[in-house]
Amino acid sequence: MSSPEYCLSGHPTLPCNVLKFKSTTIMLDCGLDMTSTLNFLPLPLVQSPRLSNLPGWSLKDGNAFLDKELKECSGHVFVDSVPEFCLPETELIDLSTVDVILISNYHCMMALPYITEHTGFSGTVYATEPTVQIGRLLMEELVNFIERVPKAQSASLWKNKDIQRLLPSPLKDAVEVSTWRRCYTMQEVNSALSKIQLVGYSQKIELFGAVQVTPLSSGYALGSSNWIIQSHYEKVSYVSGSSLLTTHPQPMDQASLKNSDVLILTGLTQIPTANPDGMVGEFCSNLALTVRNGGNVLVPCYPSGVIYDLLECLYQYIDSAGLSNIPFYFISPVANSSLEFSQIFAEWLCHNKQTKVYLPEPPFPHAELIQTNKLKHYPSLHGDFSSDFRQPCVVFTGHPSLRFGDVVHFMELWGKSSLNTVIFTEPDFSYLEALAPYQPLAMKCIYCPIDTRLNFIQVSKLLKEVQPLHVVCPEQYTQPPPAQSHRMDLMIDCQPPAMSYRRAEVLALPFKRRYEKIEIMPELADALVPMEIKPGISLATVSAVLHTKDNKHVLQPPPRPAQPTGGKKRKRASEDIPDCKVLKPLLSGSIPVEQFVQTLEKHGFSDIKVEDTAKGHIVLLQEAETLIQIEEDSTHIICDNDEMLRVRLRDLVLKFLQKF
Amino acid sequence: MDPECSQLLPALCAVLADPRQPMADDTCLEKLLDWFKTITEAGSSLLLLQGNPCLVELLCHMLKPQDLSSRVLAFSLRLAGVLAAQEDCFQYLQQGELLPKLFGEAGPLGGAAWTSPTVRSGWIQGLRSLAQHPSALHFLADCGAVDTIFSLQEDSSLFVASAAGQLLVHILGLSMPGPAGGPPSLQAGDWPACAQKIVGHIEESLRATATPQITQALNVLTTTFGHCHDPWTQVLWVRLSPLVAGLLEKDPVPAAHSLVDLLLSVARPQALRAQAFAVLLQPLACVLKATAQDPGPSGVLDGIVGDSMTADMLLPSKAACVGLLCRTLAHLELLLPLPQRPCPWPQAPLLGAAVTLLQLCGGSARPTSDAGRHLCGLLLGCVRVQRAALDFLGTLSEGTGPRELVTQVFAVLLEYLRSPDSSPTVLKKAFQATFRWLLSSPKTPGCWDLDPHALLFLRDLLPVLQKRLCSPCWEVRDSGLEFLTQMTRHWGGQAGFRHALLASEVPKLTEQLLRDPESYVRASAVTAMGQLSSQGLCVPAAGPEHPGGQQKSLLAELLHILSTDSEGFPRRAVMQVFTQWLRDSHADVAGDTEQFVAGVLQVASQDLDWEVRAQGLELALVFLEQTLGQPRSHCPCAVTPAVAAPVGPLAQALQPLCRVRLFEFAFRALFDCDRPVAQKSCDLLLFLRAKTASSGSLQESRSSPHVASVEAALQRWQAGDQAQPLGDLEPEVVLAVLRSLDLEGLQGALAESSDHVEKSPQSLLQDMLATVGVLGGNEADCY
Repeated sequence: MSSPEYCLSGHPTLPCNVLKFKSTTIMLDCGLDMTSTLNFLPLPLVQSPRLSNLPGWSLKDGNAFLDKELKECSGHVFVDSVPEFCLPETELIDLSTVDVILISNYHCMMALPYITEHTGFSGTVYATEPTVQIGRLLMEELVNFIERVPKAQSASLWKNKDIQRLLPSPLKDAVEVSTWRRCYTMQEVNSALSKIQLVGYSQKIELFGAVQVTPLSSGYALGSSNWIIQSHYEKVSYVSGSSLLTTHPQPMDQASLKNSDVLILTGLTQIPTANPDGMVGEFCSNLALTVRNGGNVLVPCYPSGVIYDLLECLYQYIDSAGLSNIPFYFISPVANSSLEFSQIFAEWLCHNKQTKVYLPEPPFPHAELIQTNKLKHYPSLHGDFSSDFRQPCVVFTGHPSLRFGDVVHFMELWGKSSLNTVIFTEPDFSYLEALAPYQPLAMKCIYCPIDTRLNFIQVSKLLKEVQPLHVVCPEQYTQPPPAQSHRMDLMIDCQPPAMSYRRAEVLALPFKRRYEKIEIMPELADALVPMEIKPGISLATVSAVLHTKDNKHVLQPPPRPAQPTGGKKRKRASEDIPDCKVLKPLLSGSIPVEQFVQTLEKHGFSDIKVEDTAKGHIVLLQEAETLIQIEEDSTHIICDNDEMLRVRLRDLVLKFLQKF
Repeated sequence: MDPECSQLLPALCAVLADPRQPMADDTCLEKLLDWFKTITEAGSSLLLLQGNPCLVELLCHMLKPQDLSSRVLAFSLRLAGVLAAQEDCFQYLQQGELLPKLFGEAGPLGGAAWTSPTVRSGWIQGLRSLAQHPSALHFLADCGAVDTIFSLQEDSSLFVASAAGQLLVHILGLSMPGPAGGPPSLQAGDWPACAQKIVGHIEESLRATATPQITQALNVLTTTFGHCHDPWTQVLWVRLSPLVAGLLEKDPVPAAHSLVDLLLSVARPQALRAQAFAVLLQPLACVLKATAQDPGPSGVLDGIVGDSMTADMLLPSKAACVGLLCRTLAHLELLLPLPQRPCPWPQAPLLGAAVTLLQLCGGSARPTSDAGRHLCGLLLGCVRVQRAALDFLGTLSEGTGPRELVTQVFAVLLEYLRSPDSSPTVLKKAFQATFRWLLSSPKTPGCWDLDPHALLFLRDLLPVLQKRLCSPCWEVRDSGLEFLTQMTRHWGGQAGFRHALLASEVPKLTEQLLRDPESYVRASAVTAMGQLSSQGLCVPAAGPEHPGGQQKSLLAELLHILSTDSEGFPRRAVMQVFTQWLRDSHADVAGDTEQFVAGVLQVASQDLDWEVRAQGLELALVFLEQTLGQPRSHCPCAVTPAVAAPVGPLAQALQPLCRVRLFEFAFRALFDCDRPVAQKSCDLLLFLRAKTASSGSLQESRSSPHVASVEAALQRWQAGDQAQPLGDLEPEVVLAVLRSLDLEGLQGALAESSDHVEKSPQSLLQDMLATVGVLGGNEADCY
């Protein structure tokens, strides 16, 4: 029986795979590819004359029937509609058959409502508590960003395949646009999250008796996990979004990944050439440079994750850089919850931060930044923020795609001055594409992607340490990035070579499945009479009924044969005899050919010839025109109608074997 | 030797000879040996031995079978060597057959003590000291020591092995010169026995197949030729060069780097040098070949890498590759400035190789071959190679290169300066190399400004520098400031540079770094601002963070740092800037020089850091010279001051010095608890006294009551009570006090090190005896 893996997402860091393993169907993550939103116009929080006055786009022949849907800005064409997302494949496998969904981190669950609410899914979702809480914040922010700017228009004409072909890139090349969907609602989010069952690291969860799944710390984000999926004789490790760097989360548990038959490896760093330490330095330098020159800094970011580490670095840096008087603003509908949540998940933090809790001190220094009024947070730029707002300043706000959220407003506000700087730290979106609808832009743009996930050197060390029999990974990891084809170090290098998959592909996982565990009932075990055939090894024959239910196999005593009626007069012994005759003894052992030949000679056979065969030997009694074929698991005596001779030979053979 | 020491010596020798009295501290033995060396260098060793028979007894005692510590044994061997360095003393010791017993089979050489590397090392050092005269050479040949030295070349202790090699070099140098120092005969048969033996051994080793043996021989030769250029070395080279040339023809060349070292030190026949150079260039040629680059028009790197030599072979693993490349680059860097460097020098291919290496390490190279990709994988992010290649690249700036290669050099330097992954040390070296390349950029005749290409580069460089000045890593901010200072010093007066710099934010950021939390950075910012200000490149900050433009002057800011900064480095830097400003008659200073000097000296005199006070004296000296109108001839930095030489009488000339309270500052410094300050002050006052003595026009007022009170105050100062100020001093009083002070005596006392009493040999002997409890009366003093 094979274990297929269905790849539903082509994005290696936002995976969505389905694994059929031991008759369970397990979905591994459900990441949402949001890069599709880059094709849409930004949603301004405040009416933007610039954006609303963009010219409509018309075909080369002047046909302007699309000009309501498509707008042109600095040579790029954008869809003027509510942004839409590219969902995981829904056609490759019937998602209602998925039994469980395992979530590895909060970035990899953004498609959950689409799966749980619209596919007939009726299973359970497993995730750690911080993953769920922060995932909820990310979803809430996303819904809020999109819902608070209602847009009447929904563009669909351009998705027509015949029309799409006529559009300029990248719209022309966008994949599966017909499946793109608008954002879910808060109601759907709540319903999806209600299907989640919380788990803790190293907790063993039984699935239908056949499979056990266990989350392990992956070191990447608060509550982020890798998963072990195992039966009694097979082990699959699912590694997704792991980090070996010392940042805020608990360190990665590598030891438990050992002895895997298959290791599915996803979520490596998206910027393998950028060292996070160097990037943090770059971030700080550019921030200070801008602020010292009287400019403002805009940091488009998610409301959780790297922002905690950035705030911690800035906490150490601002005094030394003479930036103590510069206000830092964090604007997000979930800013407050994010900052507070981070402080309460002590058990999920790295050791250093855990120990702080006992002092007691807040584990993250952003608490102090807030106390000293250096960091202020607001749900939106409306309200208190507008009265507190002071420049020059540093603003952290979403969304990193620059298509919705408060960041759109700041881009419009600050984009015209070369004193200001936008610093991209999130690696999920191409910064050039993100900036396209804001061109021409005077503001400085700095790209410091900070991605703490495993790089290829770390992967290579990890694989050496963990030694899985097979590695399975997205195809992007099996060759150097197209732009750096000479960098053979930027790919997974392992033996045997990694098996790769791509979107909408089904892969048979290379298990050599040989054994199944079977339990034996105590009363049946009692009845066994083992016989030692080698020191330390005993055998017994078992007659039983194999009972299989819920993927568990049990040997039960055979039903007693129906008592023959009226047999009281028959002797007991005669009852047993037929049974004994039926049960031939079992043989074991091997026949040493030389001794066997000597024995034959002793018993008067002569002219014996021995031939070696691929499987054993043939002893040829030329005179008697008889063949004795001796193989590992069988012996055949071939003679012409001489039953006496056969029995004689059989008895000689049996002398060399043990019976029980 | 003074009588007190002579008295203590027998007891000490007895202690040393007694195995039950172990010497806990062997630094004492080193000091003792140093003392004996001083005595024997100054006088007759023979007299020393005759006057102190206990020494010979000690040496004799070493021959008895006993459990002596290896340290004492090694000490005795070395002592014997030191004593026997004088030929008459050698003869004296020979009379008792003491030396053959000590250094021959009968001594430690044949015993269990020989297992200790200390003893073997002592034996070598003893012979090294002893081998100073012809008698010693005979002795060495007779007692078979040379064979032992050969075997010690392979000693398990690296120190012993290296010392054995050095000893062979020394013996060879002693025995080779011909009669009366003339050239020795070419016939080996005419050479002294020792020399024949050593040369024979070297020849044998050069023919050996084992690389370690060849390496030993090459090292001995390298040291020989490196240290001595007497005619005999030529004779030796003539004899040995065929063997050395033979090594070069082997494939692969054995002990390649030792061979190159030797050839660099010999640097004689042209043909051989070219071969040696080729060996040295192999790794770089491999790099060029692996990255499929043209080895260059000069062809020097052509054919170096044959078919058998591939990058895989020469640069197999990361460790081997990095080690070999770093050594190669270091060798080439040393070779470049030497007159005997190979000609033609393959400047362009070497430049290409350095640039390629940096690109490979930085990840910007685009190798197309497998070998290139392999190298890329090995070198990516390797800080050691980056540092070595940047140093080498900097050195290469002394030559020129084809325009497109120079463009590549600047491009790769900019790449390193920009890269967020450059480590602070790499960045520092990148700054240094950049500066050197900017210095070497072609000059337009009659114009000292940067050439147009360099100016274009500067336009890219300044934004990078701006960013680096804001780095969270203080080392980076610091190297950025140092780089800025260097650039400003060279091109601060040039229009192109000034324009680019003033158009950037660099001056403003530098000013902000005066308040950096890291003291080193503040110090560098002070120096940089001092330089910028000297060149008129400081812009008054009027940004949004300084509303109203109420900006302190830089002078006030620096004075503030001098009086309040908690760390010494920034304050020292301020003093240096001030001294330079005074020398250059900086506009901020020239306005009211006296007020400036008075203010600075007042703050500096109270500084806790002696270097700040010493720098204060330097500033005082500059002021003094400018006031008296005659710069010191020995000071190269001194320029003729703009102030006109005084024409009036001396008293009038000294008035400004009195007004700025220079004398109070100098007198206070004279009794400073830190010796360098006192010495400097002493020098300054002696200089002033010499100046005033020559003019001699001032009436002395020695007997005035004011002079007496000043002298009394100075005595109290000398005693440590410096509370009382001197008050206003008149020039006459100053001169009188100056003459009455025993400045020469003070200078002599200060010249002696502060621990000269504790360092006396008598004290050493007493200490050694006290530790083992022989001097009972001193016990209480010990601790």
